Amino acid sequence: MTPSREGARAGLRVDLLFIADLISPGSRVLDIGCADGALLHYLSSERGVDGRGIEISQTGVNACVARGLSVIQGNADTDLMDYPDDAFDYVVLSRTLQATRNPRDVLAQLVRIGRRAIVTFPNFGYWRVRWSLMTNGRMPTTRLLAEPWYSTENIHLCTIRDFTQLCDDLGLRTERQVILNHTGHDTQFRSTSRFANFFGEQALFMLSRR
Amino acid sequence: MDASSSNAGQYVELGSEGALRLDSGAELARFGIAYQTYGTLNADKSNAVLVCHALTGDQHAANTHPMTGKPGWWEIMIGPGRPLDTDKYFIISTNVLGGCLGSTGPKDLNPATDEPWGLSFPVITIGDMVRAQARLLDHLGIDQLFCVIGGSMGGMQALQWASAYPERVFTAVPIASAARHSAQNIAFHEVGRQAIMADPNWHGGEYYAHATSPHAGLAVARMAAHITYLSEAALHRKFGRKLQDRDRITFGFDADFQVESYLRHQGSTFVDRFDANSYLYITRAMDYFDMAAEHGGSLPAAFHKTPVRFCVISFTSDWLFPTSDSREVVKALNAEAANVSFVEVETDKGHDAFLLDEPEFHKTLLGFLNGAADKRGLKNP
Repeated sequence: MTPSREGARAGLRVDLLFIADLISPGSRVLDIGCADGALLHYLSSERGVDGRGIEISQTGVNACVARGLSVIQGNADTDLMDYPDDAFDYVVLSRTLQATRNPRDVLAQLVRIGRRAIVTFPNFGYWRVRWSLMTNGRMPTTRLLAEPWYSTENIHLCTIRDFTQLCDDLGLRTERQVILNHTGHDTQFRSTSRFANFFGEQALFMLSRR
Repeated sequence: MDASSSNAGQYVELGSEGALRLDSGAELARFGIAYQTYGTLNADKSNAVLVCHALTGDQHAANTHPMTGKPGWWEIMIGPGRPLDTDKYFIISTNVLGGCLGSTGPKDLNPATDEPWGLSFPVITIGDMVRAQARLLDHLGIDQLFCVIGGSMGGMQALQWASAYPERVFTAVPIASAARHSAQNIAFHEVGRQAIMADPNWHGGEYYAHATSPHAGLAVARMAAHITYLSEAALHRKFGRKLQDRDRITFGFDADFQVESYLRHQGSTFVDRFDANSYLYITRAMDYFDMAAEHGGSLPAAFHKTPVRFCVISFTSDWLFPTSDSREVVKALNAEAANVSFVEVETDKGHDAFLLDEPEFHKTLLGFLNGAADKRGLKNP
């Protein structure tokens, strides 16, 4: 898929562009790890979405609320269990899964409280990551994984194959998948292909309960 | 701010439309509400904001206080260009039922006996305060508040409003507040009440007849309470162990330390403007506040399918109404998938931070109100 231009004009990060285009106008959306609220702001102002956010950093939360977004301070590991089943049409977790303490439980919560979950994550099977580890013999740092091992928040990195395996284990249905290359374009690879796991820098999955 | 509201304020006697039935089961056939307004009510009456005061606050939120001559307790928040912009909103600030600045309370005459109520005044609750405010809104012809906002006990009223009259509240902003009063807070209140009741001038609550007042007891209650409004860090920053007008300790019980002198001053100025029995009644109302208990033990049930937009705010150094209390509210609202924002503001000023110049707090509140005003179709001035 190719993201719409209006999102790009709004200055959204590339994975958020793809996410925005998957969300139907007027729906209820929870963005977990919404940072400064860029996606929520775009969705609510351009798509008439009823958006909510959870953000771990207080500065992020305050910035969101100050721009009129409904955001609470919290984190994916502990706060999702408070929400009722099917509270949202979409639950978004962008580049956050790898920073959660228990990604398996978080994924299960996402598809419980949302009719659909949209998850993006950096692919640890990406060839530059593999190359970096192989040639340097040190924990890889790349554009998407810039922090060194001792200070990174990313404690549960995975490859695309790891992720699809976990989705299978949890019995989740993959409704959409987009494997993005380093220029932020859709590679058109299926997540099941070895090419996806090698050339995809990041991946997007839209999941639901079976 | 005095242009739009005189210091004397307004007063309305209610009850002719029906007695006010209280949570205790008692009824008030007639009751008065004293209030101030700031700004102008718009044509479709959609810009009304109810400001709810804390335990020892009153209706004089943004005008010079008629008794103390001091600025209103929330002047920093209310006025042109301030978060509660009087060019945009119509602000209503009432004295709570049971208060002593004009609304019916224990120092007023019981119409049945023509004597001051004293302790025969029925015990009131936060729910009763809100019920009385709703009567005032009926009287003013306002169906829905754009916002109900308050700190501490004012936040309890905001939550109670959202729970009891969800269709009459567009947004609710409970600040430094809780959905139930904690054991620790009840304990502090009991200390204050015992100080009042131990004062021989209290006369079992009938000091009005003795032309006296339990000033000493009320002052001690205020001093103890005042400590809970501050933080250790704020006290230390303000006073440390500095001595008051002296170079060395006196080996006596004078106010050697500045912090003692400050507290004595807080106590002695408070008694000039506050009725001791009102202090008993209002602290009791806070103690009894427990929204979950009133909904079968479930706090989410108090907000079932609420349409209200909430902005919950707490302060890091507030140990009287700690962030965990606000979080309980947020959890309950999430369980109802309610529209809620929650901000914890970093400050060392303790519970009183909601009254003070906290730029982060004001900025966030302004953002929340602006976002909600857009959705309510309120125009910027």
